[in-house]
Amino acid sequence: MTDAMGIFDIMLALVLPWLGWRLLASPNLFRAVVLFISLGLLMSLAWVRLHAPDVALAEAAIGAGLTGALFLSALRRLERLRDSERRLDYAEKREEEQNLPPEKRRKSKPVAYVLALFLLSVFLLLLGGALLKTPVAPGRLGPAVAGQMGQSGVQSRVTAVLLNFRGYDTLLEVMVLFLAALGVWSLTRVRQTPQEKVPGPVLATLVRLLVPLMITVAGYLVWIGSSRAGGAFQGGAVLAAAGVLLLLANVTVVRQIPSTLLRWALVLGPLLFLLSAVACMSIGGNLLEYPRQSAGSWILLIESATAVSIGVTLAALYAGGRPHEPAAREAIVDKSADTKVKNGEGA
Amino acid sequence: MNWLYSTAALCLLSAIVAGLLRILRGPTAADSMLAAQLFGTCGVAILLLLSKGLDWLVLQDIALVFALLAALAAVAFALRTWGGTER
Amino acid sequence: MAFLHNLGTICILIGIPFFVSGTIGLLRFPDIYTRLHALTKADNVGLGFVVLGLALQAEQWNTVARLLLIWLLVLVASSASCHLVARAALRKKIQPWSRS
Repeated sequence: MTDAMGIFDIMLALVLPWLGWRLLASPNLFRAVVLFISLGLLMSLAWVRLHAPDVALAEAAIGAGLTGALFLSALRRLERLRDSERRLDYAEKREEEQNLPPEKRRKSKPVAYVLALFLLSVFLLLLGGALLKTPVAPGRLGPAVAGQMGQSGVQSRVTAVLLNFRGYDTLLEVMVLFLAALGVWSLTRVRQTPQEKVPGPVLATLVRLLVPLMITVAGYLVWIGSSRAGGAFQGGAVLAAAGVLLLLANVTVVRQIPSTLLRWALVLGPLLFLLSAVACMSIGGNLLEYPRQSAGSWILLIESATAVSIGVTLAALYAGGRPHEPAAREAIVDKSADTKVKNGEGA
Repeated sequence: MNWLYSTAALCLLSAIVAGLLRILRGPTAADSMLAAQLFGTCGVAILLLLSKGLDWLVLQDIALVFALLAALAAVAFALRTWGGTER
Repeated sequence: MAFLHNLGTICILIGIPFFVSGTIGLLRFPDIYTRLHALTKADNVGLGFVVLGLALQAEQWNTVARLLLIWLLVLVASSASCHLVARAALRKKIQPWSRS
Protein backbone atom coordinates (compact mmCIF):
# COMPACT_ATOMS: atom_id res chain seq x y z
CA MET A 1 0.00 0.00 0.00
CA THR A 2 1.35 3.39 -0.91
CA ASP A 3 1.60 6.22 1.58
CA ALA A 4 -1.14 8.23 -0.07
CA MET A 5 -3.60 5.37 0.51
CA GLY A 6 -2.53 5.28 4.16
CA ILE A 7 -3.34 8.97 4.52
CA PHE A 8 -6.60 8.36 2.66
CA ASP A 9 -7.59 5.71 5.18
CA ILE A 10 -6.58 7.77 8.20
CA MET A 11 -8.55 10.74 6.88
CA LEU A 12 -11.61 8.57 6.31
CA ALA A 13 -11.27 7.06 9.77
CA LEU A 14 -11.06 10.51 11.37
CA VAL A 15 -13.85 12.14 9.39
CA LEU A 16 -16.45 9.39 9.85
CA PRO A 17 -16.79 9.57 13.67
CA TRP A 18 -16.62 13.36 13.55
CA LEU A 19 -19.39 13.40 10.97
CA GLY A 20 -21.45 11.02 13.06
CA TRP A 21 -21.02 13.21 16.10
CA ARG A 22 -21.95 16.40 14.24
CA LEU A 23 -24.97 14.66 12.78
CA LEU A 24 -26.26 13.55 16.15
CA ALA A 25 -25.46 16.86 17.84
CA SER A 26 -26.99 19.04 15.14
CA PRO A 27 -30.00 21.01 16.43
CA ASN A 28 -31.14 21.57 12.86
CA LEU A 29 -32.99 18.52 11.56
CA PHE A 30 -32.40 19.36 7.92
CA ARG A 31 -28.66 19.71 8.40
CA ALA A 32 -28.64 16.41 10.24
CA VAL A 33 -30.29 14.76 7.24
CA VAL A 34 -27.75 16.19 4.80
CA LEU A 35 -24.93 15.09 7.08
CA PHE A 36 -26.52 11.65 7.16
CA ILE A 37 -26.48 11.47 3.37
CA SER A 38 -22.82 12.47 3.35
CA LEU A 39 -22.12 9.92 6.04
CA GLY A 40 -23.68 7.27 3.80
CA LEU A 41 -21.42 8.22 0.90
CA LEU A 42 -18.26 8.23 3.01
CA MET A 43 -19.33 5.04 4.77
CA SER A 44 -19.60 3.39 1.39
CA LEU A 45 -16.02 4.44 0.61
CA ALA A 46 -14.97 3.04 3.98
CA TRP A 47 -16.56 -0.32 3.16
CA VAL A 48 -14.65 -0.33 -0.11
CA ARG A 49 -11.41 0.22 1.80
CA LEU A 50 -12.38 -2.64 4.12
CA HIS A 51 -12.75 -4.94 1.08
CA ALA A 52 -16.49 -5.38 1.51
CA PRO A 53 -17.89 -4.33 -1.88
CA ASP A 54 -21.27 -5.97 -1.21
CA VAL A 55 -21.85 -3.83 1.85
CA ALA A 56 -20.51 -0.78 -0.02
CA LEU A 57 -23.07 -1.35 -2.76
CA ALA A 58 -25.92 -1.70 -0.28
CA GLU A 59 -24.76 1.38 1.64
CA ALA A 60 -24.49 3.42 -1.57
CA ALA A 61 -28.02 2.49 -2.59
CA ILE A 62 -29.77 2.51 0.78
CA GLY A 63 -27.73 4.82 3.01
CA ALA A 64 -26.96 7.56 0.55
CA GLY A 65 -29.85 7.30 -1.91
CA LEU A 66 -33.05 5.87 -0.49
CA THR A 67 -32.83 6.91 3.14
CA GLY A 68 -31.83 10.40 2.10
CA ALA A 69 -34.93 10.76 -0.06
CA LEU A 70 -37.06 9.23 2.71
CA PHE A 71 -35.78 11.63 5.36
CA LEU A 72 -36.05 14.66 3.12
CA SER A 73 -39.68 13.84 2.38
CA ALA A 74 -40.37 13.07 6.04
CA LEU A 75 -39.04 16.50 7.01
CA ARG A 76 -41.68 18.13 4.89
CA ARG A 77 -44.38 16.01 6.43
CA LEU A 78 -43.20 16.91 9.92
CA GLU A 79 -43.40 20.54 8.96
CA ARG A 80 -46.96 20.14 7.71
CA LEU A 81 -47.88 18.36 10.91
CA ARG A 82 -46.54 21.27 12.90
CA ASP A 83 -48.38 23.78 10.79
CA SER A 84 -51.73 22.04 10.96
CA GLU A 85 -51.80 20.80 14.52
CA ARG A 86 -49.56 23.34 16.19
CA ARG A 87 -47.62 20.45 17.63
CA LEU A 88 -44.98 21.80 19.94
CA ASP A 89 -41.60 21.11 18.54
CA TYR A 90 -38.90 20.11 20.93
CA ALA A 91 -36.99 23.31 20.27
CA GLU A 92 -40.05 25.46 20.88
CA LYS A 93 -40.77 23.61 24.07
CA ARG A 94 -37.29 24.14 25.32
CA GLU A 95 -37.48 27.80 24.53
CA GLU A 96 -40.73 28.07 26.45
CA GLU A 97 -39.22 26.29 29.37
CA GLN A 98 -36.36 28.68 29.51
CA ASN A 99 -38.79 31.57 29.70
CA LEU A 100 -40.44 30.06 32.78
CA PRO A 101 -39.37 31.18 36.23
CA PRO A 102 -36.67 28.89 37.64
CA GLU A 103 -38.90 27.15 40.21
CA LYS A 104 -41.28 25.95 37.48
CA ARG A 105 -38.67 24.37 35.25
CA ARG A 106 -38.43 20.61 35.02
CA LYS A 107 -36.60 19.33 38.05
CA SER A 108 -36.28 15.62 37.42
CA LYS A 109 -32.93 15.94 35.68
CA PRO A 110 -30.66 14.23 38.25
CA VAL A 111 -33.13 11.36 38.55
CA ALA A 112 -33.19 10.98 34.79
CA TYR A 113 -29.40 10.93 34.64
CA VAL A 114 -29.17 8.26 37.34
CA LEU A 115 -31.84 6.20 35.63
CA ALA A 116 -30.11 6.49 32.28
CA LEU A 117 -26.80 5.52 33.84
CA PHE A 118 -28.43 2.55 35.55
CA LEU A 119 -30.08 1.32 32.36
CA LEU A 120 -26.86 1.78 30.44
CA SER A 121 -24.88 -0.28 32.93
CA VAL A 122 -27.53 -3.02 32.94
CA PHE A 123 -27.37 -3.07 29.15
CA LEU A 124 -23.59 -3.25 29.16
CA LEU A 125 -23.68 -6.05 31.73
CA LEU A 126 -26.14 -8.04 29.65
CA LEU A 127 -24.10 -7.43 26.53
CA GLY A 128 -20.91 -8.53 28.27
CA GLY A 129 -22.67 -11.61 29.65
CA ALA A 130 -23.93 -12.54 26.21
CA LEU A 131 -20.47 -12.06 24.78
CA LEU A 132 -18.92 -14.31 27.43
CA LYS A 133 -21.50 -17.03 26.89
CA THR A 134 -21.08 -17.09 23.12
CA PRO A 135 -18.93 -20.06 22.17
CA VAL A 136 -15.80 -19.11 20.31
CA ALA A 137 -15.60 -20.59 16.85
CA PRO A 138 -12.72 -23.07 16.71
CA GLY A 139 -11.32 -21.73 13.45
CA ARG A 140 -11.72 -18.81 11.14
CA LEU A 141 -14.82 -19.02 9.00
CA GLY A 142 -13.21 -17.70 5.81
CA PRO A 143 -11.24 -20.87 4.97
CA ALA A 144 -14.25 -23.01 5.93
CA VAL A 145 -16.43 -21.15 3.43
CA ALA A 146 -13.71 -21.29 0.78
CA GLY A 147 -13.47 -25.05 1.24
CA GLN A 148 -17.18 -25.55 0.58
CA MET A 149 -17.52 -23.16 -2.36
CA GLY A 150 -17.61 -26.05 -4.82
CA GLN A 151 -21.05 -27.19 -3.68
CA SER A 152 -22.64 -23.76 -3.27
CA GLY A 153 -23.55 -23.33 -6.95
CA VAL A 154 -22.22 -19.75 -7.12
CA GLN A 155 -18.79 -18.13 -7.36
CA SER A 156 -19.34 -15.22 -4.97
CA ARG A 157 -18.60 -16.16 -1.37
CA VAL A 158 -21.01 -13.61 0.04
CA THR A 159 -23.87 -14.93 -2.04
CA ALA A 160 -22.91 -18.49 -1.15
CA VAL A 161 -23.11 -17.69 2.55
CA LEU A 162 -26.27 -15.59 2.30
CA LEU A 163 -28.34 -17.81 0.05
CA ASN A 164 -26.91 -21.25 0.64
CA PHE A 165 -24.86 -21.86 3.79
CA ARG A 166 -26.89 -19.49 5.95
CA GLY A 167 -30.00 -19.32 3.79
CA TYR A 168 -32.19 -19.61 6.88
CA ASP A 169 -30.98 -16.26 8.22
CA THR A 170 -31.68 -14.58 4.90
CA LEU A 171 -35.14 -16.12 4.79
CA LEU A 172 -35.87 -14.58 8.18
CA GLU A 173 -34.46 -11.22 7.08
CA VAL A 174 -36.72 -11.19 4.05
CA MET A 175 -39.63 -11.98 6.36
CA VAL A 176 -38.67 -9.09 8.65
CA LEU A 177 -38.78 -6.68 5.71
CA PHE A 178 -42.12 -8.11 4.68
CA LEU A 179 -43.45 -7.65 8.21
CA ALA A 180 -42.23 -4.06 8.23
CA ALA A 181 -44.19 -3.33 5.08
CA LEU A 182 -47.23 -5.07 6.59
CA GLY A 183 -46.88 -2.95 9.70
CA VAL A 184 -46.81 0.26 7.72
CA TRP A 185 -49.74 -0.84 5.60
CA SER A 186 -51.83 -1.71 8.60
CA LEU A 187 -51.18 1.63 10.23
CA THR A 188 -52.26 4.04 7.57
CA ARG A 189 -53.21 4.70 3.99
CA VAL A 190 -50.99 6.48 1.53
CA ARG A 191 -51.45 10.12 2.26
CA GLN A 192 -52.98 12.00 -0.59
CA THR A 193 -50.23 14.47 -1.12
CA PRO A 194 -51.79 17.68 -2.21
CA GLN A 195 -50.77 17.80 -5.84
CA GLU A 196 -47.32 19.24 -6.12
CA LYS A 197 -46.43 21.17 -9.18
CA VAL A 198 -46.67 18.95 -12.22
CA PRO A 199 -43.21 17.67 -13.17
CA GLY A 200 -41.51 20.14 -15.48
CA PRO A 201 -39.81 19.01 -18.66
CA VAL A 202 -36.46 18.54 -16.92
CA LEU A 203 -37.86 16.30 -14.21
CA ALA A 204 -39.96 14.37 -16.71
CA THR A 205 -36.90 13.72 -18.88
CA LEU A 206 -34.87 12.72 -15.85
CA VAL A 207 -37.50 10.18 -14.85
CA ARG A 208 -37.81 8.87 -18.38
CA LEU A 209 -34.04 8.40 -18.62
CA LEU A 210 -33.25 7.11 -15.17
CA VAL A 211 -36.11 4.73 -14.39
CA PRO A 212 -35.45 2.23 -17.21
CA LEU A 213 -31.72 2.39 -16.47
CA MET A 214 -32.32 1.77 -12.78
CA ILE A 215 -34.45 -1.27 -13.55
CA THR A 216 -31.77 -2.59 -15.91
CA VAL A 217 -29.03 -2.04 -13.35
CA ALA A 218 -31.16 -3.76 -10.69
CA GLY A 219 -31.39 -6.82 -12.93
CA TYR A 220 -27.68 -6.63 -13.63
CA LEU A 221 -26.85 -6.51 -9.92
CA VAL A 222 -28.99 -9.57 -9.20
CA TRP A 223 -27.40 -11.46 -12.09
CA ILE A 224 -23.82 -10.48 -11.29
CA GLY A 225 -24.42 -11.31 -7.62
CA SER A 226 -23.63 -14.97 -8.25
CA SER A 227 -20.08 -14.20 -9.33
CA ARG A 228 -19.09 -10.91 -7.66
CA ALA A 229 -20.56 -8.16 -5.52
CA GLY A 230 -24.29 -7.65 -5.92
CA GLY A 231 -27.38 -9.64 -5.15
CA ALA A 232 -31.00 -9.43 -4.16
CA PHE A 233 -30.70 -6.67 -1.56
CA GLN A 234 -28.60 -4.39 -3.74
CA GLY A 235 -30.74 -5.02 -6.81
CA GLY A 236 -33.90 -4.53 -4.80
CA ALA A 237 -32.62 -1.25 -3.39
CA VAL A 238 -31.90 0.11 -6.86
CA LEU A 239 -35.33 -1.07 -7.99
CA ALA A 240 -36.84 0.74 -5.01
CA ALA A 241 -34.96 3.87 -6.03
CA ALA A 242 -36.76 3.73 -9.38
CA GLY A 243 -40.05 3.45 -7.50
CA VAL A 244 -39.18 6.36 -5.23
CA LEU A 245 -38.24 8.51 -8.21
CA LEU A 246 -41.61 7.75 -9.81
CA LEU A 247 -43.39 8.55 -6.56
CA LEU A 248 -41.45 11.79 -6.19
CA ALA A 249 -42.23 12.94 -9.70
CA ASN A 250 -45.87 12.09 -9.01
CA VAL A 251 -46.21 10.12 -12.20
CA THR A 252 -49.84 9.09 -12.56
CA VAL A 253 -48.96 5.59 -13.72
CA VAL A 254 -47.70 4.71 -10.24
CA ARG A 255 -51.03 5.54 -8.67
CA GLN A 256 -52.86 3.43 -11.21
CA ILE A 257 -51.02 0.21 -10.37
CA PRO A 258 -53.77 -2.07 -9.01
CA SER A 259 -53.24 -2.77 -5.33
CA THR A 260 -53.66 -6.52 -5.88
CA LEU A 261 -50.60 -6.45 -8.13
CA LEU A 262 -48.65 -4.59 -5.44
CA ARG A 263 -49.71 -7.11 -2.82
CA TRP A 264 -48.57 -10.01 -4.98
CA ALA A 265 -45.25 -8.32 -5.71
CA LEU A 266 -44.79 -7.79 -1.99
CA VAL A 267 -45.48 -11.45 -1.23
CA LEU A 268 -43.65 -12.96 -4.22
CA GLY A 269 -40.13 -13.08 -2.73
CA PRO A 270 -40.93 -14.34 0.77
CA LEU A 271 -43.44 -16.84 -0.62
CA LEU A 272 -41.09 -18.26 -3.23
CA PHE A 273 -38.25 -18.41 -0.70
CA LEU A 274 -40.44 -20.29 1.75
CA LEU A 275 -41.81 -22.61 -0.93
CA SER A 276 -38.37 -23.52 -2.18
CA ALA A 277 -37.20 -24.09 1.37
CA VAL A 278 -40.03 -26.56 1.87
CA ALA A 279 -39.54 -28.02 -1.61
CA CYS A 280 -35.95 -28.86 -0.68
CA MET A 281 -37.30 -30.88 2.23
CA SER A 282 -39.74 -32.75 0.04
CA ILE A 283 -36.97 -33.65 -2.40
CA GLY A 284 -35.17 -35.30 0.45
CA GLY A 285 -32.75 -32.77 1.86
CA ASN A 286 -32.94 -30.47 4.84
CA LEU A 287 -34.64 -27.11 4.90
CA LEU A 288 -33.01 -24.99 2.15
CA GLU A 289 -30.63 -27.75 1.14
CA TYR A 290 -30.73 -27.31 -2.63
CA PRO A 291 -29.92 -30.22 -4.93
CA ARG A 292 -26.18 -30.00 -5.68
CA GLN A 293 -26.36 -29.80 -9.46
CA SER A 294 -28.99 -27.09 -9.71
CA ALA A 295 -28.08 -25.01 -6.64
CA GLY A 296 -27.06 -22.07 -8.82
CA SER A 297 -30.43 -21.93 -10.58
CA TRP A 298 -32.33 -22.20 -7.29
CA ILE A 299 -30.34 -19.32 -5.88
CA LEU A 300 -30.86 -17.17 -8.95
CA LEU A 301 -34.60 -17.85 -8.93
CA ILE A 302 -34.93 -17.00 -5.25
CA GLU A 303 -32.78 -13.93 -5.63
CA SER A 304 -34.75 -12.55 -8.56
CA ALA A 305 -38.08 -12.96 -6.78
CA THR A 306 -36.66 -11.53 -3.55
CA ALA A 307 -35.19 -8.54 -5.37
CA VAL A 308 -38.60 -7.67 -6.83
CA SER A 309 -40.21 -7.96 -3.41
CA ILE A 310 -37.50 -5.98 -1.66
CA GLY A 311 -37.81 -3.26 -4.28
CA VAL A 312 -41.57 -3.05 -3.84
CA THR A 313 -41.26 -3.25 -0.06
CA LEU A 314 -38.76 -0.41 0.19
CA ALA A 315 -40.76 1.74 -2.21
CA ALA A 316 -43.91 0.96 -0.19
CA LEU A 317 -42.12 1.97 3.00
CA TYR A 318 -41.24 5.24 1.28
CA ALA A 319 -44.86 5.75 0.18
CA GLY A 320 -45.75 5.27 3.83
CA GLY A 321 -49.08 3.46 3.76
CA ARG A 322 -51.26 0.97 1.97
CA PRO A 323 -52.55 1.84 -1.46
CA HIS A 324 -56.10 3.01 -1.84
CA GLU A 325 -58.91 0.60 -2.57
CA PRO A 326 -60.06 0.48 -6.19
CA ALA A 327 -63.21 2.53 -5.61
CA ALA A 328 -61.38 5.28 -3.77
CA ARG A 329 -58.54 5.24 -6.23
CA GLU A 330 -60.64 6.17 -9.18
CA ALA A 331 -61.60 9.36 -7.46
CA ILE A 332 -57.95 10.21 -6.89
CA VAL A 333 -57.01 9.48 -10.46
CA ASP A 334 -59.76 11.80 -11.64
CA LYS A 335 -58.63 14.46 -9.26
CA SER A 336 -54.98 14.23 -10.28
CA ALA A 337 -56.00 14.38 -13.93
CA ASP A 338 -57.95 17.52 -13.12
CA THR A 339 -55.09 19.27 -11.39
CA LYS A 340 -52.75 18.23 -14.14
CA VAL A 341 -54.90 20.04 -16.67
CA LYS A 342 -55.19 23.03 -14.38
CA ASN A 343 -51.46 23.39 -13.76
CA GLY A 344 -50.60 22.77 -17.35
CA GLU A 345 -47.76 20.52 -18.45
CA GLY A 346 -44.31 21.88 -17.84
CA ALA A 347 -45.26 24.89 -15.81
CA MET B 1 -0.92 0.87 -6.34
CA ASN B 2 0.32 3.48 -8.75
CA TRP B 3 1.04 6.81 -7.02
CA LEU B 4 -1.13 8.63 -9.54
CA TYR B 5 -4.40 6.99 -8.57
CA SER B 6 -3.83 7.06 -4.83
CA THR B 7 -2.73 10.69 -4.79
CA ALA B 8 -5.64 11.73 -6.98
CA ALA B 9 -8.07 9.85 -4.71
CA LEU B 10 -6.53 11.56 -1.69
CA CYS B 11 -7.01 15.00 -3.31
CA LEU B 12 -10.65 14.21 -4.00
CA LEU B 13 -11.25 13.03 -0.45
CA SER B 14 -9.73 16.28 0.80
CA ALA B 15 -12.14 18.15 -1.48
CA ILE B 16 -15.03 16.26 0.14
CA VAL B 17 -13.80 17.03 3.65
CA ALA B 18 -13.46 20.71 2.77
CA GLY B 19 -16.99 20.61 1.35
CA LEU B 20 -18.27 19.44 4.75
CA LEU B 21 -17.63 22.95 5.99
CA ARG B 22 -20.27 24.25 3.60
CA ILE B 23 -22.83 21.82 4.99
CA LEU B 24 -22.13 22.99 8.51
CA ARG B 25 -22.08 26.65 7.57
CA GLY B 26 -25.19 26.76 5.40
CA PRO B 27 -26.58 29.40 5.26
CA THR B 28 -29.58 28.17 3.27
CA ALA B 29 -30.70 24.57 3.12
CA ALA B 30 -29.90 24.40 -0.58
CA ASP B 31 -26.22 25.14 0.13
CA SER B 32 -25.95 22.11 2.36
CA MET B 33 -27.78 20.01 -0.18
CA LEU B 34 -25.35 21.12 -2.90
CA ALA B 35 -22.40 20.00 -0.88
CA ALA B 36 -23.95 16.55 -0.63
CA GLN B 37 -24.28 16.62 -4.40
CA LEU B 38 -20.58 17.43 -4.68
CA PHE B 39 -19.80 14.37 -2.58
CA GLY B 40 -21.65 12.23 -5.08
CA THR B 41 -19.53 13.41 -8.01
CA CYS B 42 -16.28 13.22 -6.04
CA GLY B 43 -17.25 9.80 -4.70
CA VAL B 44 -17.77 8.51 -8.24
CA ALA B 45 -14.36 9.83 -9.27
CA ILE B 46 -12.66 8.30 -6.22
CA LEU B 47 -14.27 4.93 -6.88
CA LEU B 48 -13.24 4.96 -10.55
CA LEU B 49 -9.66 5.87 -9.67
CA LEU B 50 -9.47 3.18 -6.99
CA SER B 51 -11.02 0.69 -9.38
CA LYS B 52 -8.17 1.30 -11.82
CA GLY B 53 -5.49 1.54 -9.16
CA LEU B 54 -6.47 -1.64 -7.31
CA ASP B 55 -7.48 -3.37 -10.55
CA TRP B 56 -10.84 -4.17 -8.99
CA LEU B 57 -13.73 -4.02 -11.45
CA VAL B 58 -16.45 -4.29 -8.79
CA LEU B 59 -15.80 -0.70 -7.79
CA GLN B 60 -17.13 0.43 -11.16
CA ASP B 61 -20.46 -1.15 -10.26
CA ILE B 62 -20.53 0.82 -7.02
CA ALA B 63 -19.69 3.99 -8.94
CA LEU B 64 -22.56 3.17 -11.30
CA VAL B 65 -24.98 2.90 -8.38
CA PHE B 66 -23.63 6.18 -6.96
CA ALA B 67 -24.22 7.89 -10.30
CA LEU B 68 -27.69 6.42 -10.70
CA LEU B 69 -28.88 7.51 -7.29
CA ALA B 70 -27.04 10.85 -7.21
CA ALA B 71 -30.08 12.76 -8.36
CA LEU B 72 -32.52 11.11 -5.94
CA ALA B 73 -31.72 13.17 -2.85
CA ALA B 74 -31.61 16.45 -4.77
CA VAL B 75 -34.95 15.71 -6.44
CA ALA B 76 -36.51 14.83 -3.09
CA PHE B 77 -35.13 18.03 -1.65
CA ALA B 78 -36.31 20.30 -4.46
CA LEU B 79 -39.76 18.74 -4.73
CA ARG B 80 -40.60 17.80 -1.16
CA THR B 81 -38.51 19.59 1.43
CA TRP B 82 -38.40 22.91 -0.33
CA GLY B 83 -41.02 22.58 -3.02
CA GLY B 84 -44.53 23.95 -3.13
CA THR B 85 -45.82 26.06 -0.28
CA GLU B 86 -43.92 28.82 1.42
CA ARG B 87 -42.95 28.27 4.97
CA MET C 1 0.33 1.79 -25.76
CA ALA C 2 2.75 3.71 -23.58
CA PHE C 3 1.79 6.90 -25.38
CA LEU C 4 -1.90 6.36 -24.62
CA HIS C 5 -1.06 5.54 -21.02
CA ASN C 6 0.89 8.75 -20.59
CA LEU C 7 -1.86 10.74 -22.28
CA GLY C 8 -4.31 9.21 -19.80
CA THR C 9 -2.10 10.20 -16.88
CA ILE C 10 -2.01 13.78 -18.16
CA CYS C 11 -5.80 13.82 -18.47
CA ILE C 12 -6.24 12.62 -14.89
CA LEU C 13 -3.77 15.24 -13.69
CA ILE C 14 -5.73 17.92 -15.56
CA GLY C 15 -8.99 16.68 -14.04
CA ILE C 16 -8.08 16.95 -10.36
CA PRO C 17 -7.66 20.78 -10.24
CA PHE C 18 -11.22 21.10 -11.56
CA PHE C 19 -12.53 19.22 -8.54
CA VAL C 20 -10.42 21.32 -6.23
CA SER C 21 -11.63 24.55 -7.83
CA GLY C 22 -15.21 23.28 -7.61
CA THR C 23 -14.82 22.85 -3.87
CA ILE C 24 -13.11 26.22 -3.50
CA GLY C 25 -16.01 27.74 -5.43
CA LEU C 26 -18.45 26.01 -3.10
CA LEU C 27 -16.69 27.51 -0.12
CA ARG C 28 -15.91 30.98 -1.43
CA PHE C 29 -18.69 32.03 -3.81
CA PRO C 30 -21.22 34.50 -2.38
CA ASP C 31 -24.62 32.94 -3.00
CA ILE C 32 -26.46 29.77 -3.89
CA TYR C 33 -26.66 30.40 -7.62
CA THR C 34 -22.96 31.03 -8.10
CA ARG C 35 -22.18 28.00 -5.96
CA LEU C 36 -24.43 25.87 -8.12
CA HIS C 37 -22.48 27.13 -11.07
CA ALA C 38 -19.13 26.22 -9.52
CA LEU C 39 -20.19 22.76 -8.51
CA THR C 40 -22.15 21.45 -11.42
CA LYS C 41 -19.79 22.75 -14.06
CA ALA C 42 -16.30 22.39 -12.65
CA ASP C 43 -16.89 19.00 -11.08
CA ASN C 44 -18.36 17.48 -14.19
CA VAL C 45 -15.48 18.69 -16.32
CA GLY C 46 -13.11 17.25 -13.74
CA LEU C 47 -14.94 13.94 -13.80
CA GLY C 48 -14.92 14.08 -17.59
CA PHE C 49 -11.13 14.38 -17.64
CA VAL C 50 -10.70 11.61 -15.09
CA VAL C 51 -13.02 9.36 -17.11
CA LEU C 52 -11.20 10.25 -20.32
CA GLY C 53 -7.84 9.47 -18.72
CA LEU C 54 -9.05 6.15 -17.33
CA ALA C 55 -10.68 5.27 -20.65
CA LEU C 56 -7.39 5.89 -22.48
CA GLN C 57 -5.68 3.54 -20.04
CA ALA C 58 -8.41 0.88 -20.10
CA GLU C 59 -7.62 -2.52 -21.51
CA GLN C 60 -11.09 -3.59 -22.56
CA TRP C 61 -13.70 -1.77 -24.56
CA ASN C 62 -16.50 -2.64 -22.13
CA THR C 63 -14.68 -0.81 -19.36
CA VAL C 64 -14.62 2.25 -21.62
CA ALA C 65 -18.36 1.90 -22.27
CA ARG C 66 -19.11 1.64 -18.57
CA LEU C 67 -16.93 4.65 -17.77
CA LEU C 68 -18.74 6.71 -20.38
CA LEU C 69 -22.14 5.56 -19.10
CA ILE C 70 -21.19 6.58 -15.57
CA TRP C 71 -20.02 9.99 -16.72
CA LEU C 72 -23.19 10.60 -18.73
CA LEU C 73 -25.31 9.55 -15.76
CA VAL C 74 -23.51 11.96 -13.46
CA LEU C 75 -23.94 14.71 -16.06
CA VAL C 76 -27.68 14.08 -16.31
CA ALA C 77 -28.08 13.81 -12.56
CA SER C 78 -26.18 16.94 -11.68
CA SER C 79 -27.61 19.14 -14.41
CA ALA C 80 -31.15 18.07 -13.52
CA SER C 81 -30.64 18.53 -9.80
CA CYS C 82 -28.93 21.86 -10.40
CA HIS C 83 -31.95 23.04 -12.35
CA LEU C 84 -34.38 21.79 -9.71
CA VAL C 85 -32.50 23.31 -6.79
CA ALA C 86 -32.09 26.64 -8.58
CA ARG C 87 -35.79 26.73 -9.40
CA ALA C 88 -36.72 25.90 -5.83
CA ALA C 89 -34.40 28.67 -4.61
CA LEU C 90 -36.00 31.18 -7.00
CA ARG C 91 -39.44 30.15 -5.76
CA LYS C 92 -38.21 30.75 -2.23
CA LYS C 93 -37.43 34.28 -3.41
CA ILE C 94 -33.74 34.06 -2.62
CA GLN C 95 -32.21 37.07 -4.35
CA PRO C 96 -29.27 36.45 -6.66
CA TRP C 97 -26.15 38.18 -5.42
CA SER C 98 -24.97 41.27 -7.27
CA ARG C 99 -21.84 43.34 -6.92
CA SER C 100 -23.55 46.54 -5.89
